[in-house]
Amino acid sequence: MTGSFVGDMTIFVLALLVGFEVISKVPATLHTPLMSGANSIHGVVLVGVVILSGETHGILGYVLLFIAGAFAAANVIGGYVVTDRMLQMFKRRPVVPGAHSKDDQP
Amino acid sequence: MTHWETGIRFASLFGAVCFVIGLHLMNSPASARRGNQVSAFGMTVAVVAVLLNVGHGDGGAVMNATRWIVLSAGVLVGGAYGLYAARTVQMTSMPQLVSLFNAVGGGAAALIAIAEYDIHTHPSGGTATATVLDVVIGGITFTGSLLAALKLQGHLSHPVSFPGSHAASGLLFAAALAGSGWVIAGADRKVVLLGVVVIAMVLGVLTVLPIGGADMPVVISLLNAFTGTAVAMAGFVLSNATLTIAGALVGASGSILTKLMADAMNRSVLSIIAGGFGTGATGVMAAASAGGPVKAIAVDDAALQLAYASKVIIVPGYGLAAAQAQHECRQLAEVLESHGVDVSYAIHPVAGRMPGHMNVLLAEANVPYDQLKEMEEINSEFERTDVALVVGANDVTNPAARRPGNAVSGMPILDVDHAKSIIVIKRSMASGYAGIDNELYTDPKTSMFFADAKQGLAALVAAAKTLVA
Repeated sequence: MTGSFVGDMTIFVLALLVGFEVISKVPATLHTPLMSGANSIHGVVLVGVVILSGETHGILGYVLLFIAGAFAAANVIGGYVVTDRMLQMFKRRPVVPGAHSKDDQP
Repeated sequence: MTHWETGIRFASLFGAVCFVIGLHLMNSPASARRGNQVSAFGMTVAVVAVLLNVGHGDGGAVMNATRWIVLSAGVLVGGAYGLYAARTVQMTSMPQLVSLFNAVGGGAAALIAIAEYDIHTHPSGGTATATVLDVVIGGITFTGSLLAALKLQGHLSHPVSFPGSHAASGLLFAAALAGSGWVIAGADRKVVLLGVVVIAMVLGVLTVLPIGGADMPVVISLLNAFTGTAVAMAGFVLSNATLTIAGALVGASGSILTKLMADAMNRSVLSIIAGGFGTGATGVMAAASAGGPVKAIAVDDAALQLAYASKVIIVPGYGLAAAQAQHECRQLAEVLESHGVDVSYAIHPVAGRMPGHMNVLLAEANVPYDQLKEMEEINSEFERTDVALVVGANDVTNPAARRPGNAVSGMPILDVDHAKSIIVIKRSMASGYAGIDNELYTDPKTSMFFADAKQGLAALVAAAKTLVA
C-alpha cells in the first residue's frame, strides 16, 4: 500500500508541474474561460463517483452516492457547456477588404 | 493485470493527455474553444472507460440494479441542472456559477472520501492521510464557495466580521488537525471523521465571511485551487491516477491565478483571507478629505472631445459590468471608429469579479478580442492617447499608487494620467474599494462626466452620432 501511495504522489507532483508549465502562458484575456475550463476538468470527480458506485451499500452509502453523482455531473456537464458558450464569443476583428488598421499583423 | 484492465488504464491515460492538451490550447483565443472540446472529449472517454470497468465487474467492483439506479438518478438530476445553469447564466453572473461548480466539485470529492471511509474503515496511513486532507479541503471549499456565490449574487456582500472570529477559526483549525491526526492514527469511530467534516465546513464559512467584494477574484481562484487539490486527494483515496492528474492540473491553475490576482491588487493572499481593507472607519475618514477642484463636463463636450481624437483608450471597470453597460460601450467605440478614431480597451487584471471577467463581458458585447489590451501591453500607449475614457474603474487608475504611504501604494495601475486628456464617467465622487480619494479626478487634464455608466454611455453614443453623421 505504501508503494502505491508513493506512486500516486509521484504522479501528483509531476502533474502539478505540468500544470504550472502549461497554464502560466495563458493570457489574461482568457483567464475566466481558463478557470471555467479547469472547473470542468475537476468534474473528473465523476470518474471517482462511478468507481465508488461499484462498492456502495447501505442507506447512507446510497444517499452519499446520489448526492455525489448529482454534484459531479452538474460540475462536469455545466462546466464544459458554459466554457464553450463563453469561448464562442471571443472573436477576432472582422477583416474589412481595403481597410487595414495599423493593428493588423505585418 | 488483465487485457481488459490494461485497456481501461490506457483510456484513462488518454483522458489525462486530453486535459493537458486542452489546457495548452487555451494559450490563444483562436484555439481556446478547440482546447475545451479536446478536454471534453478526453473527459467523455475517461467516464465511459470507468463505466465499462464497473459494469464489467473487474477489480472487485460489481454493479447491481440499485447501484445503477442511484448513480443514474444522481447524474441525471445534477447533469440536467448543470446544463440548464450553463445555458441560461448571464455573463455578469459567471463568477457565481464558477463558484457553484467549485462548491459541488469539492463537495463530491469530500463525499467520495467519506463514503470510502464508511466502506473500508481501516485504511492504511497514506490513504487515511489523503482521506482527511480530502474532507478538510473539500469541506472548506464546499461551504466557502457556496458563501462566495451568495456574496457575488449580492447577499451578505459586505464583509462580515465579529470579535473573536480569528480566535474561533484558530481553535477550529486546531480541532480539525487533532481529529485528522486521530483518524490517521486509526480512530475506530466514523464519527471522528464526520466531526472533521463539520469543522471544515464551518471553517469554510468563517474564512469567506469577512472578505469584501473586490477581493473576490482572489477568493474564487483560491477556492478553485482547493477544489482541484481535493479532487487529487480523492484520486489518492481511490488509487485512481486520472483524478490525481486532473486535480493537480486544476490545483496548479488555481494557484497561478490566485498569485496573479493577489499581485494585481498588491496584497498578500494571507492578508485577504484575514479580512478586507477599506471596510472600517478609515475609508470614511479618507473620503471626507477631498482634494483639489474637480472639473465637470457636459455630454456634448465629452462627445466632441472623443469624436475628434485620433486615439482613444476606454478603461472599463466593474462599475461598467454592474450597470450592464458593455453594449453601450461597444456602440460608442463603433461610432468613434467610423469617424476614424483608433479605439482600444485597457483591461486591468482585477477588472470584474473573477480573473479575466471584463474580457468575457466585452467579448459578449461583440468587442473583438484584439482590441482588448492587457495592462503591461497598453500602459506605454497612454502617452500617445488623446482621450482616456474611464468607465466604472477607480482604484486601478489612482496615481497615488506610485507613492508610498497610502492604501493603494504599490498596486499596479493603468497609467491613465499619462493620456493627453481624461474623461471619467462616474455617478459621484465616492471613493473606491480602497476607500481613498482618486487623485486622477482632481488632475487638471481630467473632466468628470457625472452619470450612470449605462445612461452616460448611451448619451455619449447619441451625441457622437450627430457629430459623425
